[in-house]
Amino acid sequence: MKLEFKLAYKNIIGAGLRTWLNVAILSFIYVLIIGSQGIYDGMMKQGVRVETDDRIAGGQFWHKDYDPNDPFSYDDSHAELTAKLQDMVISETAVPMLIKRATIYPDGRMKSVLIRGIKPMQDIVKIPTNSLGNTHKKLPVMIGTRMASTNNFQEGDYLTIRLRDIDGTFDAVEGRIVKIMSTRSVTIDKGQLWIPIQKLREITGMKNETTVLTIKTGLENIPGDTETWSFKDRDYLLRDIIKMVKSKKVSGLIMYMVLLFLALLAVFDTQVLAIFKRRKEIGTLIALGMTRSQVVKLFTLEGAMHGVLAALVGALYGTPLIYLFAKTGMDFTEVAEAYGMGYIAMLYPVYSAGLVIGTVFIVMLTVTVVSFIPSRKIATLDPTKALKGKVS
Amino acid sequence: MALIELKDMYKKFPMGKNEFTALKEINLEFEKGEFAGLVGPSGSGKTTMLNILGSLDTPSEGSARVLDNNIGDLSGKAAAQLRKKHMGFIFQTYNLLPVYTVYENIEFPLLILKMSREERKKKVADALDWVGLTDKKKSRPAQLSGGESQRVAVARAIVKRPDLVLADEPTANLDDENAYNVLEMMVKLNEELNTTFIFATHDHKVIKYLKRKINLIDGKITEDMADLPGVKG
Repeated sequence: MKLEFKLAYKNIIGAGLRTWLNVAILSFIYVLIIGSQGIYDGMMKQGVRVETDDRIAGGQFWHKDYDPNDPFSYDDSHAELTAKLQDMVISETAVPMLIKRATIYPDGRMKSVLIRGIKPMQDIVKIPTNSLGNTHKKLPVMIGTRMASTNNFQEGDYLTIRLRDIDGTFDAVEGRIVKIMSTRSVTIDKGQLWIPIQKLREITGMKNETTVLTIKTGLENIPGDTETWSFKDRDYLLRDIIKMVKSKKVSGLIMYMVLLFLALLAVFDTQVLAIFKRRKEIGTLIALGMTRSQVVKLFTLEGAMHGVLAALVGALYGTPLIYLFAKTGMDFTEVAEAYGMGYIAMLYPVYSAGLVIGTVFIVMLTVTVVSFIPSRKIATLDPTKALKGKVS
Repeated sequence: MALIELKDMYKKFPMGKNEFTALKEINLEFEKGEFAGLVGPSGSGKTTMLNILGSLDTPSEGSARVLDNNIGDLSGKAAAQLRKKHMGFIFQTYNLLPVYTVYENIEFPLLILKMSREERKKKVADALDWVGLTDKKKSRPAQLSGGESQRVAVARAIVKRPDLVLADEPTANLDDENAYNVLEMMVKLNEELNTTFIFATHDHKVIKYLKRKINLIDGKITEDMADLPGVKG
């Protein structure tokens, strides 16, 4: 095998420009696949981290009627916590949230929002709710930067909030924006108002009512589900984001597979051409004592070596490139906001050893297979005709 | 025992629905150290016989024993082993490996024999010396003249000191001067190394050098003249 390696290396280096064109295309494919898949992995990692930190912490207990995708469910999805869950609130291992639909009137326009009541002094989710602890005559309200920007709100602005109380009667209160928080989670920013839960309970007459109870990260003894409350773990709560990134990853991969296919076509073409053009050489190799299978192996190796050289060339320019991206990040602010994926505004791609080894393995394997297919013809070549450059 | 023994050998090729008989009733023996030639016009079966002797082809009928191997019974691998260890080939169109240097082309048979680097180095240096191409060892085939290319091919054929060298029209692409140079060299190698040379040729320059001439016409041996004076190297 050592001999075939040596010969294959000599042959493809000797083939000159044709080899380097194939190598250039293949190396580009390597860098493209690894680079893009690293971006998706980074997207997934950042999305999970942001959502975990700012929204879901160690998981959530949901009221049985609560459906985040159905705003109409919010009016009825609230109840008092069970004693066990209440104990968690007291021991500060969980923070309750009451969610209600409301209407605000920025610049004279009517706008539907969700109002989230949360305990100001908490450290379960990493959002600055302590700003809501500042007692003021007006209702303290916290919003996110996106909400502030789309509605032209600034800290200190007043806003009228209309919402229904427990009996369905409309009520209106005036709130004052005390904090514009910066969060990368769009879910808790766009169309959301944060106020102290106690105030919301008072306004709506929903004493001790809760919609969602978020528990601390790393908690071991999580109470079981009850008739009213069911626990949603992280995997469940992150399923949408994971599904979305995975689907993007797959669609990206399909595109790169098409590119890979084109590169493989070039390798295949080179192999077919090489076998056609080098019949005399094949005959000579057989006459000099190589077996047909050795010659097949030699030609397959030559093809496969395009993959090896491409990996080396790709590593040469790809490593500093992806290192730079992983270190400095990529600014996707505009795209991220447009697609509602604030957590990737500054994206740091993640390049794992598995991703690099896996990609190299797949490309190498396909290049080898594609090189082997035309090389099989050598096994049926008549050496006496091949020696004269004829096709048998 | 003879180096080569051909008994009632036939070679037939399918031709549409019929068969074409390229070699008929061949009975021949070659001893070690012979400098013999298969002589005849185009299509007389010279190359076909050379291919069988070189285990690149098999007889359709009869037997061909080469170096104690029955060519018809050899597997592909065994035939490759026979060629690798005991045979050297010289072709009309030189058939040098284009991406290798002169040195590497000559070294190739030793590489596939898995010879050590030191041994290879010594043998290639000797072969280069025999053919007078030491100063061209780094050149590529495309940079050589026809005569030089054929000398490289000769060096490649004899570098492993084979028992048998098969040369198919080795001078057909060479001018007179180069042809004589190459032939002189082969005679010298035959005399010094006792290597058996068998040619397939219709070139009079080669015929002059042969010590045994086997005439072939339409696949049949018409004349076998041994103990010819040849030309001294």
